[in-house]
Amino acid sequence: MNIVKSLVLLALVWVGMVQAADPLVVSHGADRAIPIAVVPFGWQGGAMLPEDMAEVVGNDLRNSGYFEPIPRQNMLSMPTTAEGVFYRDWKALGAQYVLVGNVNPDGGRLSINYALFNVATEQQMLTGNVAGTQQQLRDMAHYISDQAFLKMTGIKGAFSTRLLYVTAENLATNNTRYTLQRADYDGARAVTLLQSREPILSPSFAADGKRIAYVSFEQKRPRIFIQHIDTGRREQVTNFEGLNGAPAFSPDGSRLAFVLSRDGNPEIYVMNLATRQLARVTNHFAIDTEPFWGADGQTIYFTSDRAGKPQIYRTNVNGGGAERVTFIGNYNANPKLSADGKTMVMVHRQDGYKVFQIAAFDLQTSRLKVLSQTTLDESPTVAPNGTMLTYATRQQGRGVLMLVSTNGRVRIPLPTAQGDVREPSWSPYLQ
Amino acid sequence: MEMTKFGKLAALGLALAIAAGCSSKGGDSAGEGAVDPNAGYGANTSGVDGNLAAEEAALRAITTFYFEYDSADLKPEAMRALDVHAKDLKGNGARVVLEGHADERGTREYNMALGERRASAVQRYLVLQGVSPAQLELVSYGEERPLVLGSSEESWAQNRRVELRK
Repeated sequence: MNIVKSLVLLALVWVGMVQAADPLVVSHGADRAIPIAVVPFGWQGGAMLPEDMAEVVGNDLRNSGYFEPIPRQNMLSMPTTAEGVFYRDWKALGAQYVLVGNVNPDGGRLSINYALFNVATEQQMLTGNVAGTQQQLRDMAHYISDQAFLKMTGIKGAFSTRLLYVTAENLATNNTRYTLQRADYDGARAVTLLQSREPILSPSFAADGKRIAYVSFEQKRPRIFIQHIDTGRREQVTNFEGLNGAPAFSPDGSRLAFVLSRDGNPEIYVMNLATRQLARVTNHFAIDTEPFWGADGQTIYFTSDRAGKPQIYRTNVNGGGAERVTFIGNYNANPKLSADGKTMVMVHRQDGYKVFQIAAFDLQTSRLKVLSQTTLDESPTVAPNGTMLTYATRQQGRGVLMLVSTNGRVRIPLPTAQGDVREPSWSPYLQ
Repeated sequence: MEMTKFGKLAALGLALAIAAGCSSKGGDSAGEGAVDPNAGYGANTSGVDGNLAAEEAALRAITTFYFEYDSADLKPEAMRALDVHAKDLKGNGARVVLEGHADERGTREYNMALGERRASAVQRYLVLQGVSPAQLELVSYGEERPLVLGSSEESWAQNRRVELRK
């Protein structure tokens, strides 16, 4: 499993390097997304299902950058159970895997049987059942995607995860409606968690997936709040003069790092959420902001312009000296680490350029790979398994969210609500 | 001949100064900073002795102060207006809010800090003129409340600002 992961990571880095030189050259081994047939699911009930399950699963697998679903119109047969799978039909199409599913009404609920086959070895790799309500069809589809993805790649799927993001709708001059949304990772099923006439920014999840922290200007000043997603209960965490910003939960969820300027300029602080005790982490007259915790719960990565331009630094949470991490580029900010701690994504501006893009920085090799191609890209956030990334950019004057696979094969805009969309933040794995 | 030579030298010097000005902003695009929404305000009325009150009124009307990209340095025009505001504030003891803003480029939290740094620059200047710090509250909105929508040098220049609000 670890070997597979390292190989995948190696392949990703390699693809990135080659792409930077020449987009037509691709890497060995994984030079193409693997063709998979996700056959339309059978439905043994009455009216049509409100979700096209195979489409949701196929999109999931495509979004990972690992797989390419075979178009339906090319399929020679459309089996819904194992008995109907004839390998020659799929060999003829070049499919490496076939996934079938069948939905059955089950006393007011829905029960789905699914199975995954390896076409080359003619073996059934996976079979399973998942049940739920009609409202949970997408959850069940993402669940099936997670199971299949793990079986085929050895990597835990992240298709059942969620995104937080902020929208701003300009209703009139000096009248903007801001909302905090939570949606499926693919942008579907957005739910409003908070609505305000004042700005909302910097939402992020705790590792338990149950609490979120964000900055709200509802008191006409920036203040940090924690909200419990299930109950909607909110607590105000800070009420200090000046900036109160950029909250980030520690990996164990017991502490919150954030920025305060109460001592005259922006510094990073950590609050113990049980005791509300506050400890100052940085001490510099420059701007220190955007803290992000290392997986060890000891290291804090942050943005500072102490060398003149924003760059990424790291420091121990107990203070002490800060070490500069980035040297390539004249603007590096908003660091987010992958779950394995090896890759840092950030907002990056190349030397001599004025555009802001998303870059991945390998903390071991210091190799940098630009992942986005537009000019006002910001707020990168990584899926917990590191295969996908979402960021905010602008299209035709409107803020939109883009989802890209880390290997660069997939780049799609996420369907989102009206208005200006920004500040995506990926959840951890959820229960 | 001599004049021409001098003219050429002067032109060269000007070009160098412009180039130096640009490079000191960290290699940002040419043209950045070329737009100064404050330029012209009050500047033409200076030196007209008989119209001091009118000039002061014109300066008092200026409550938005603009900044260069990634900079919190006050411009001379802003200082002239702030001198009038300082005089008023010392006289009336009123409390005002200094709202700092940034353009949309760069990250939102960094821009929150940048907006505050701009508001602090205005605060420092007013305090130097004798205004009590207790009269001045700073709030940064970063890039969250643009004055002008759009992604052009012109709109960015309008959005990099501090607003003095009563």
